[in-house]
Amino acid sequence: MKLPDQEEKITPDTFLRGLWEENPVFVMLLGMCPVLAVTNSAINALAMGLATTFVLLCSSSLVSLFRKLIPKQVRIATYIVIIATFVTIVDYSIQAISLDLYNALGAFIQLIVVNCMILGRAEAYASKQRLGATIVNGLGMGVGFTIALLCLGSVREILGAGSLFGFPLFAENFQPWVVMILPPGGFFVLGGWLLLFNGYRQYRERKLMEQQGASARGS
Amino acid sequence: MNQTSASQTQALVAATSSFAMLRTLSLVAGLSGLLVVLAYQITLPLIEENKRIAIERALFKVIPGAVSRRDFIVTAQGIVPADDSSGDGKLIYAGYDEQGRLSGVALEAAAQGYQDVIRLLYSFDPACQCIRGIQVLKMAETPGIGDKIAKDPQFQENFVELDARLNTDASGLANDILMVKHGTRSEPWQIDAISGATISSRAVARMLNDSAQQIVPKIMADLDRLQDAGRGAE
Repeated sequence: MKLPDQEEKITPDTFLRGLWEENPVFVMLLGMCPVLAVTNSAINALAMGLATTFVLLCSSSLVSLFRKLIPKQVRIATYIVIIATFVTIVDYSIQAISLDLYNALGAFIQLIVVNCMILGRAEAYASKQRLGATIVNGLGMGVGFTIALLCLGSVREILGAGSLFGFPLFAENFQPWVVMILPPGGFFVLGGWLLLFNGYRQYRERKLMEQQGASARGS
Repeated sequence: MNQTSASQTQALVAATSSFAMLRTLSLVAGLSGLLVVLAYQITLPLIEENKRIAIERALFKVIPGAVSRRDFIVTAQGIVPADDSSGDGKLIYAGYDEQGRLSGVALEAAAQGYQDVIRLLYSFDPACQCIRGIQVLKMAETPGIGDKIAKDPQFQENFVELDARLNTDASGLANDILMVKHGTRSEPWQIDAISGATISSRAVARMLNDSAQQIVPKIMADLDRLQDAGRGAE
């Protein structure tokens, strides 16, 4: 994984890296606490993904703006204060939008503070990059995180409750596979997705190697 | 001479460095405080409104046929309207139908569930002396198991007409509200448990019993006042 130490130009890759090559959930395995805990339904997963994206974007932007002002010794404290601020704002906003959603997400909104993906982005990217690149990269990471959460949440809701976004999918006599919306189901589904994701990556890499080998022989 | 100037410069560097730390931390903390207070101020009315709507929605769902409501407080001296009393006590909501007749009284009950405290709103109908419905306000029961207390239609059927008659000296209920094993309900004051969610079901039965034992005698004693309030509103 490359961690750019120099300021990088904004390319499509700045955004896309978060979706695929450095996907925070499927590749870097960061922020597992919300990934496993709140993905028992698609709507919870979506809300958690969006809330995390908002906190990630705002905190990274602020860290990037202040990057020349923050002394190295107090950088972690500063990042945490900045992240906690935006988490509190998200906490209030979700209560204002929907109390049902707030109750469903429980303590995990407050726990965004310790999501290591956000702190990781602040430390490894935002503290070294210009505002523009930080926003684009943060957006990519946030969208990648949200998609990953949705992947887990929808599979778990379909199997464990027989519905998607609250709409029933099957006939009345469908017996839901309840374990899927319980904690063990989170591990099963995450394992399944990781298998799929890494299997496909390896397949692609092998194809690429074979192509290179073929072209080398050809010339 | 050279040494002293070197150590002076060093001290100076250290001084600016800790000044920079202080400056950054105070700046960031100040900005954070400002943002948090701003967010709090903006969202406060919306959150209050949401909470009020949530209670109201649960209220009209839980009292069949109610279209308007009045708040009362149960004090040691009896039931008094919530707006002209300063005494503290249990808040109850009386629901009235279109003719201003009392159609039920709703109140909150709470008990420890499997994960956390379960809070729900239930309604008591003085006409049949029975519990007419429950509506879960807050819970953290296991999804797919304990959280069925909120949705399971079979479990909800327990509360269509759950007996809560007063005993002869009007000090409590004639029969304790009790949870029984799934499928063995034989008396109208029993609650048929959800199979696999015994702890959550028992919590519901326990909180209904505890709350009804205390409040139902007081409601029945001051029933006239509750009924009159509805006619007065018309």
